[in-house]
Amino acid sequence: MRLKANEISVGDTYEDKLVEDLKRTQLVMYSGTSGDYNPLHTDDVYCREAAGYPGVFAHGMLTMGMAGRVITDRFGAENVKKFGVRFTNQVWPGDDLNGKAVVEAVREEAGETLVDLTVTATNQKGDVVVSGYATARVDR
Amino acid sequence: MSQDEKIIFPVEATHIMMFRRSIGDYSVPDTGLEDAAAPPTFPRAVAQFDPNYFLRMKPGEAWFGSGKNPSGVDGKPGSSGGLHAEQHFEFVRPIKPGDVLTVTQKPGKTWEKESKRAGKLLFEEAIMEYRDPAGELVCTSRSVRVTTERPVDQK
Repeated sequence: MRLKANEISVGDTYEDKLVEDLKRTQLVMYSGTSGDYNPLHTDDVYCREAAGYPGVFAHGMLTMGMAGRVITDRFGAENVKKFGVRFTNQVWPGDDLNGKAVVEAVREEAGETLVDLTVTATNQKGDVVVSGYATARVDR
Repeated sequence: MSQDEKIIFPVEATHIMMFRRSIGDYSVPDTGLEDAAAPPTFPRAVAQFDPNYFLRMKPGEAWFGSGKNPSGVDGKPGSSGGLHAEQHFEFVRPIKPGDVLTVTQKPGKTWEKESKRAGKLLFEEAIMEYRDPAGELVCTSRSVRVTTERPVDQK
């Protein structure tokens, strides 16, 4: 359900479960759609025996894409003006991720109502895996 | 992609549908995808249209993933592989099915840092612009890639 400007206040917090028990198959799906076929994300043998990692881990862009749902589910993909993150921890198969967005400002710019938010995703241990911001256009 | 190279990125509803599924986005019914805007992280899927994208196997070229051996490249791969450190998107308008975007890349800053968990870190920024056939800017992507001296310590 799309939020309207009069339903949004500074400090409002939106939280979603992004994924429970992340599956390796989802990493394969993301490789296929994004075109990023790095074996670090799909090839356990390569990760363990050639690259020195305990196994495959998620594309940062998969985690960012999942975190973006907290914004697009409420404001619509067509209304996103800015979205940026830093990748702060790796995400592994089996992880549970929660997404959170907090309204930092609601403002007018060039005849549009915009909402600025901070965006984070956190794993089951409480470690932040992506940390960033978004700006979206809101219907009045 | 290299500087001055132009990639044509035809945006198709089916590609967006599969991309949405791969990030667990079921906010748009499968019957309503023809006109639905792409998720904000979709621009990176331009990699599919980059003829020289280095993270896709190519006929006749060695591939560093496993087959008979843990890596298809002789010896240990040169580094633990680059990781994505930051990603930023800015949209002038949403990307929709039917768009045909021309994508160019400009080099950004580079810098180094020491890390306890991964040794020397080399950061490289890349800025990509996505323009419509009239040359109007649709989206800008700024990404920062980090190459680590050794795999990131998991402890």
